[in-house]
Amino acid sequence: MTKKVVAAMSGGVDSSVAAARLVDQGYDVVGVHLALAKVKGHAGGKGCCTLDDARDARRVADRLGIAFYIWDVSEEFQQEVIENFISEYAQGRTPNPCVRCNEKIKFQAVLERSLALGFDAVATGHYAQIFETPNGPTLHRAIDNKKDQSYVLSVLNQEQLSHTILPLGNSVKPDIRKEAEERGLITAAKPDSHDICFIPDGDTAGFLHNKLGQEPGKIVDVETGEELGKHDGVFEFTIGQRKGLHLEKPRPDRSPRYVVGTDTKSKTVMVGLASMLRVDVVTATNLIWCGPTPDSQFDCTAQVRAHSNALKAKAFHKDGNLTVEFLEPLNGLAPGQTITLYDNTRVIGSGTVVTTSRS
Amino acid sequence: MTYLDHAATTPMLAEAIAALSAELAQVGNPSSLHASGRRARKVVEESREKIAAAIGARPIEVIFTGGGTESNNLAVKGLYWAARKKDINKKRILVSAVEHHAVLDPVMWLGEHEEATVEILPVDNYGRVLPETLRKAFEKNPHDVALVSVMWANNEVGTIQPIAELVKIAHEYKTVFHSDAVQAVGCLEVHFQNTGLDALTFTGHKVGGPQGVGALIAKRDLELTPLLHGGGQERDVRSGTLDAPAIAGFAAAITTAVSQRVARANRLSLLRKDLIQKVQENVPDAVLNGDPENRLPGNVHFSFKGCEGDALLMLLDAQGIECSTGSACSAGIPQPSHVLIAMGKDETTARSSLRFSFGSTSTHDDVDSVIQVLPAIVERAKRAGKTMVKK
Ligand SMILES: Cc1ncc(COP(=O)(O)O)c(C=O)c1O
Repeated sequence: MTKKVVAAMSGGVDSSVAAARLVDQGYDVVGVHLALAKVKGHAGGKGCCTLDDARDARRVADRLGIAFYIWDVSEEFQQEVIENFISEYAQGRTPNPCVRCNEKIKFQAVLERSLALGFDAVATGHYAQIFETPNGPTLHRAIDNKKDQSYVLSVLNQEQLSHTILPLGNSVKPDIRKEAEERGLITAAKPDSHDICFIPDGDTAGFLHNKLGQEPGKIVDVETGEELGKHDGVFEFTIGQRKGLHLEKPRPDRSPRYVVGTDTKSKTVMVGLASMLRVDVVTATNLIWCGPTPDSQFDCTAQVRAHSNALKAKAFHKDGNLTVEFLEPLNGLAPGQTITLYDNTRVIGSGTVVTTSRS
Repeated sequence: MTYLDHAATTPMLAEAIAALSAELAQVGNPSSLHASGRRARKVVEESREKIAAAIGARPIEVIFTGGGTESNNLAVKGLYWAARKKDINKKRILVSAVEHHAVLDPVMWLGEHEEATVEILPVDNYGRVLPETLRKAFEKNPHDVALVSVMWANNEVGTIQPIAELVKIAHEYKTVFHSDAVQAVGCLEVHFQNTGLDALTFTGHKVGGPQGVGALIAKRDLELTPLLHGGGQERDVRSGTLDAPAIAGFAAAITTAVSQRVARANRLSLLRKDLIQKVQENVPDAVLNGDPENRLPGNVHFSFKGCEGDALLMLLDAQGIECSTGSACSAGIPQPSHVLIAMGKDETTARSSLRFSFGSTSTHDDVDSVIQVLPAIVERAKRAGKTMVKK
């Protein structure tokens, strides 16, 4: 039987080529554009939620000769991604909405719906690879290191991976653009999207102010307790941030100061020297294994942002709690971020950071 | 392929294709004074006369437009502006809750931009505007109504409105009445002069003519403020070079459709009865929407408990069966139908609906094709519906 696949088509070049490749490979493909944000209205915004993008995706589907539908997942997206984003910030954490969207929307709500409707898999244009092994599917980095998106997919368990197809993992981005052009897809020259799709102007602080209002408080020196300035909301600040502090008094030695912590209860932002950003030990919850469950203790590399380096580390896990000891220097990590563990190119799993400490 | 979406658009009749094709090969602007122009003009005017005859109007009452949407816009805005020009206090527009967006949206626009007071007339569970509802609306203030617009038959659930009675009430209050008869013409007996309507909308592509051409029938003395200014081709109310080929196709289609109306309506209502009965037998919890008796002969509209209409549509599409959720929007993002909401359905029910609509090419085989796959598809959509329930 030909496998039936839902190709999630954002209207960008990557998911366009992904869909095209599936058609070539003989799958029975249906294109689906996910309406994530409730947009009643017209073009203008960039990102993945506009009518323009839906139209582009539809034109690619026309070109490929596949059926195309728009699925409205805006309510799920609102609840699971946008509300979560706001409430995480309100609690002083730094969430990654793309990770969340993959976990709750694309590979949960959409995948479950697809399977129930009789499809075998969901395909996306993410850059990562899935390999079948005797122990089930495993997730690996893309061969294109610069584009690798295995980090934002590190919330998929083996059950989800077994129904996921990632046709772009073995390609490099420039080749994908070339291929899109050769295939005559109108999305070939579209710029990549970088922003958070529901904050198209990139002004996260403005977005959060809009939702959470003004929450003025103090900025204090974490060592002396001295008040150095004021702010309009703790949620504007992320650990490791240097810009936008507007401190009234520079340090006598002029060395730069960074956000080293926030306290949502007292509405205080703590600043200190770069050395105070060092993190040696991280604890995390919400553990998800992207392959077989590892031993309770193992060596790995750990990555804490979508495009940061993976650092040597030792991991321990027990009862769904993870502790990671870093063997290489790591600076600036906030609760709420996703920590992803690798064995070379293979994604072992991920967790959500709860605490960080220096030894 | 099983095409059961004739309410969206229906195949062109052979007569229409012949008339349209013949005219495509000709040259001539109907407004030009030379021989070619005169020839084109003759085609347009003969078409006008055929259309007038088919709809019970005088030729002079036929204003050609670019389709149902334009006709509705011209009627709603044109009548509102003309009424206010005569009497600045005539600000109220009475419009049914189940109108097509091509009526509702211009009415709302007038509310937002032109000081109109929009009064939405509620409907009963079948989607009907009851005569006493209209009367009550007038009694609130008998002197401030600019126009009434109530459709002849509903495009989603097929319910037919008591148009003659409603018109009579509006005329007691000396108020003009427009009706969107896009779905009715060719299916029901629509006679412009006999109903006493002041303006009536219909369109080519729902009666077997081409898309993008329609007409507003407007009483000769009816004052209408134009929307499109220019050459003044149509009674100075509508400008733009007339599309002679489309108009010829439109006239041929409506002439054929109206002359065969009774036989076709009888045939379609048998198909309708067959499908309704078989859906109810095979999917016992499906609920028929709209007036069970007094509905468009080709319209079948069901809510399928626990399903999303979009999921059903997609699964049917994959089996070569084409129907509609009845509420397409520009981006294809499903909104719950305002028609079903107005009929008192909740949002979930409104989203669980499908419309099958029959037309000239439909047969009992189409009914059987649907029934062959529908029960399994409903089961599957129910399972998918459960995954989307909020966690
Ligand atoms: C009741 C009704 N009014 C108006 C229209 C719009 O007509 P047109 O497509 O010719 O613009 C339609 C069809 O879509 C309709 O069903």
